[in-house]
Amino acid sequence: MSRNTEVFVIGGGPAGLSAAHVAAKLGAKTLLVDDSARVGGQLIKQTHRFFGSSNRDAGIRGITIADKLQQDIKDVAARLTVLENTAAVGFYHNKEAGILSQNAYERVTYQAAIVCTGATENSLTFENNDLPGIYGAGGVQTLMNVHGIRPGQKILMVGSGNIGLIVSYQLIQAGVEVVGLVEGMPTIGGYLVHASKIRRLGVPIHTSHTILKALGTDGVEGAVLCRVDEKFQPVPNTEFEIKCDCICLAVGLTPLIDLFQQAQCRMVHVGELGGLVPLHDSSMRTTNPDIFVAGDASGIEEATTAILAGRIAGARAYEAVHGKSAEADAIVAEAREELRTLRSGSTGERIRWGRERVLKEAGEC
Amino acid sequence: MTSLRIEKHPVLSFPERRTVKFYFEGKEYQGFEGEPIAAALHAAGIKTLRHSPQKNRARGFFCAIGRCSSCIMEVDGQINTMTCITPLKEGMQVKMQKGHGYIKP
Amino acid sequence: MLKNDGIITPEELAPVLPPPARLEKGPVAIIECLQDIPCDPCVSACPTKAIKMKEGITDKPLLDFDACTGCGLCIARCPGLAIFVINMKHTPGMAMVSMSHELLPVPEKGQEVTALDRAGKVLGKVKVVRVINPPAYDRTAVVTVEVPAGQVNNIRAIRV
Repeated sequence: MSRNTEVFVIGGGPAGLSAAHVAAKLGAKTLLVDDSARVGGQLIKQTHRFFGSSNRDAGIRGITIADKLQQDIKDVAARLTVLENTAAVGFYHNKEAGILSQNAYERVTYQAAIVCTGATENSLTFENNDLPGIYGAGGVQTLMNVHGIRPGQKILMVGSGNIGLIVSYQLIQAGVEVVGLVEGMPTIGGYLVHASKIRRLGVPIHTSHTILKALGTDGVEGAVLCRVDEKFQPVPNTEFEIKCDCICLAVGLTPLIDLFQQAQCRMVHVGELGGLVPLHDSSMRTTNPDIFVAGDASGIEEATTAILAGRIAGARAYEAVHGKSAEADAIVAEAREELRTLRSGSTGERIRWGRERVLKEAGEC
Repeated sequence: MTSLRIEKHPVLSFPERRTVKFYFEGKEYQGFEGEPIAAALHAAGIKTLRHSPQKNRARGFFCAIGRCSSCIMEVDGQINTMTCITPLKEGMQVKMQKGHGYIKP
Repeated sequence: MLKNDGIITPEELAPVLPPPARLEKGPVAIIECLQDIPCDPCVSACPTKAIKMKEGITDKPLLDFDACTGCGLCIARCPGLAIFVINMKHTPGMAMVSMSHELLPVPEKGQEVTALDRAGKVLGKVKVVRVINPPAYDRTAVVTVEVPAGQVNNIRAIRV
């Protein structure tokens, strides 16, 4: 069984939905696949209001942005086919890919592909880190905000980046006690307004601390924390126990890049972007000229930047099939400018450095 | 134990769903039709979904989106079922997978 | 220090506090957003355009205290839940603090609730004088409590 399309988008999170919408709106026959039951990526769990510019969804809850993007793709249904519960499983020669849906395998022939596979959660090494009750932050969000189930009664959060801070607040909203937040660095990693929100509700934030072990045999019953020095080494005699029935790990994300490697795209390791990412230019094109990338698969960032990069990739993928277009150019120029503003300021330094590093390797600056 | 199911939430509203019976290790439990098996078990207080094949350590789910394979169980005779993304159906038989599981030839 | 523990110190807070002359006139916003993050919904929320970001969305919001009427529309729009409105013009020795509230239960007017400071420390019981939770606020309620005047810049959360 085989399908033919012009633009093939893999992944229906904010990047993929935006890319598919732009490509289809410009006029390309587009196919979008997503391995979940419902498109929207991580947005469907984000109950909080997004930051960024009011011109682009700031102040609006992630779940509402997901609804908007889902409505956008309905508007271009004439040119866009969406297959949920469908995983892209391989890239082959001659612009062919394989997709698997409910045990049915199909080939897809495409002219340009946009891979928006997002990221996976990191784990952390400590004694008993495999106990039931130790969940990734995304897993906790899924359980609470999608399935309506609390992960526990007393939760310890590890990691003070935006995800750790935001999910801590969401846990409190769901009626869970957050017994503490642990951060290895001496300063809080995420936006300080997020930290203030949980601090004033009584959540202690233990900076310069780490988790040594989880306690329990059949499940989490507590944890042992200790202070760390500037070299992140445990400081002797500073251990203390904290009671909890759930430990949430918010210790970073790693881009999901298997498909790029299959397609023999050149990869580059950039720590600031979360690890290995496909080398790409400012049009989001990889070293394989038919394959574009957008969203967290290109480097860990946020939904707002994923949407903008998706728009760039969608526009350029359209052009790869139908030739240069002034409309596509305008979309790219607008998105680039918005990305520049979002990434400016001191909080954007790491990301800017990471993104510039990729462009440099790609020969663009 | 206070129920882990969220009744009221300041931002979200959860849809009405049909309650169904299912079996875990032969014992009857209840859950909502369509929710992931691992979620239904978690709500019922069951966090250990299997034991690791070599060292017999208790394991639960981790990523909840079908990415890490920690939640695999035997469901209606099918091993390696990722219970965090498999929807619950009436009468499902859910078992802890023994070791690496057994595929009938 | 804010970046070490999430608690704003009096020194860090001072630049966003209005002068006493302005406080005497009535309600005014305190925008406790002290980091240059990319964010600007407060700017468009303000009906008198009292909040400015000169360079761009990563600017810290700058509030013109005299242009601010203390209407509180910005409170519900801030994604960081970082805006408060204080009103010193109240019965002698008392003041009012308005804050966002995105938890359950939402309190009712007249109810007594527990007041917390920025470190989550209990400061005492306070009375709720107003609760606004319209659909336009998209599930962020704005709760106004009556507090001892001396605590008006300490009380920043409530437990219902």
